[in-house]
Amino acid sequence: MSSSTKWHKTLVIVLGLVLSVSWLYPFIIVLLGSFKTRSEIFTNTLFLPEEPTTENYPRAYENLDFAQSFLNSLFITVVSILVIVVFSSMAAYALSRNKSKFSSAIYFFCAIIMLVPFQSVMIPLVSLFGSVGMLNRIGLIFMNLGFASSMSIFLYYGALRSIPQTLDEAAFLDGANPFQIFWRVIFPILKPTTVTVIILNAIRIWNDYLLPSLVINRDGMYTIPLQMYYFFGEYTIQWELALAGLMLAIIPIIILYIFLQKYIVEGVTEGATKQ
Amino acid sequence: MNQKNGKYFYWGFLLPCLLAISLVIVVPLLYGIYTSFTDSDGFNMTFIGLENYIRLFQDSQFTQSLWFTIRFAVVSVLGVNAIGLTLALLVTQKVGKTALFFRTAFFMPNLIGGIILGFIWQFIFVRAFQGVAQATGIEFFSGWLADSTTGFWALVLVFLWQMSGYIMIIYIAFLSNIPAELQEAAKVDGANSWQSFWRIKFPMLAPAFTISLFLTLANAFKVYDLNLALTNGAPFGSTEMVAMNIYNTAFFQYRQGFAQAKGIVFLLLVAAVSLTQVYLTRRKEVDL
Repeated sequence: MSSSTKWHKTLVIVLGLVLSVSWLYPFIIVLLGSFKTRSEIFTNTLFLPEEPTTENYPRAYENLDFAQSFLNSLFITVVSILVIVVFSSMAAYALSRNKSKFSSAIYFFCAIIMLVPFQSVMIPLVSLFGSVGMLNRIGLIFMNLGFASSMSIFLYYGALRSIPQTLDEAAFLDGANPFQIFWRVIFPILKPTTVTVIILNAIRIWNDYLLPSLVINRDGMYTIPLQMYYFFGEYTIQWELALAGLMLAIIPIIILYIFLQKYIVEGVTEGATKQ
Repeated sequence: MNQKNGKYFYWGFLLPCLLAISLVIVVPLLYGIYTSFTDSDGFNMTFIGLENYIRLFQDSQFTQSLWFTIRFAVVSVLGVNAIGLTLALLVTQKVGKTALFFRTAFFMPNLIGGIILGFIWQFIFVRAFQGVAQATGIEFFSGWLADSTTGFWALVLVFLWQMSGYIMIIYIAFLSNIPAELQEAAKVDGANSWQSFWRIKFPMLAPAFTISLFLTLANAFKVYDLNLALTNGAPFGSTEMVAMNIYNTAFFQYRQGFAQAKGIVFLLLVAAVSLTQVYLTRRKEVDL
């Protein structure tokens, strides 16, 4: 019995190692390639560089305008998430504490809205926002709120249902108004849900290409995916620069993932199963 | 004061989100439905009734994209769920800390956007595959992105790689909720691991199938970034998916009324497929 368990364990570990290393191999090839010269990428694509060079990185960094696009991405993501967390948690609170027909209609309406694909609204969205001069960062943040609201409200609503209303009532008797009750008493209890909402929206907004390409397609405002798109179009023949650029875009995500892994995996699970 | 103030707060709390959803989704959708009955080029529009909807099915590029997308979605949904479940079963085996590393590795591609993943794989298909082809002399590895059939499989492959880790996470959540006593009891009754999977785990995973199928279907239909970065529709629009076809019609050909009609058909298709799937799997869940 125990020898068969041992066999089983070894088999699982070997299989898992082979699979996970090949799973990561595309990243490994790009990483190795980013330290090769242009000619070596053609003669030796798959293996370790023979004469490693770090020259590609400063050039890619400069051509990508990396610091600028990184800050642009960070700004859009952080402000959007702040707005999403504040407003969707408040909306969910209102819906969960006022059990009227209107509230359930709104809730149902949010569920229906989630089925609308972006491509069905993008053309009028761009022309309407364009006609009032809102194709800028504020417009983009507002759009992010619009697209993220339904899902975020759902997540908060689910968590709010398990918070007893006696808590609200106690705070009310102490003289707090609904605004104070929510921010001082309820919101702190919602922390795990807030983490989920932040993670799910951060992944989507940080990686989003299409919406920013339609709304803030201007030099100096490019986010990383946008900058990457133009950069790659220009440098596909110069693979060594393109690969170093790709690594620059991936590294921050991998570092964050290693540190926040537990929260990310939990957040993604919650987001998928609690809707 | 309570009643009146309560209403005041209720609306104050709801308003920002309602406003954003209305202005970003509802109003554009309604205006889009109207636009789809016009010949809008982005500047001028005249009402032309159902003409866009009739012409849409004569547009061979659109029908081809539609068919391509449907085939892509079917293959992807099956593949992602088969691979996702297999990976979940693998990493939930009791082998200690190493399993955590496997999980981390499989989920990694899901955190990186379609544009960047598409470019990474463009390099793999164009250069690395070529390298393998040259080294081994096997034709199979050359020119994957230059042909519509291999282009299709290239897109499927990258999508499977990106999504399987995500779906794995969902299956893991459900697998770890299966009470251990159930499996112990099966073991005592002499069930081998194959039997214990099909008779115990599989039926208990029914809700996970509903969620995973829903998520993969919706995502597979809406692929755009990956399509753009990997093939950009090449060769000759043969790997152009619906989302890209709508974009190109609107922003390269400036036929916005026509593109919007495609957008509405796309909405109906995605909604119908998603709702049917949820309905069918929910019914199956009850049976199991």
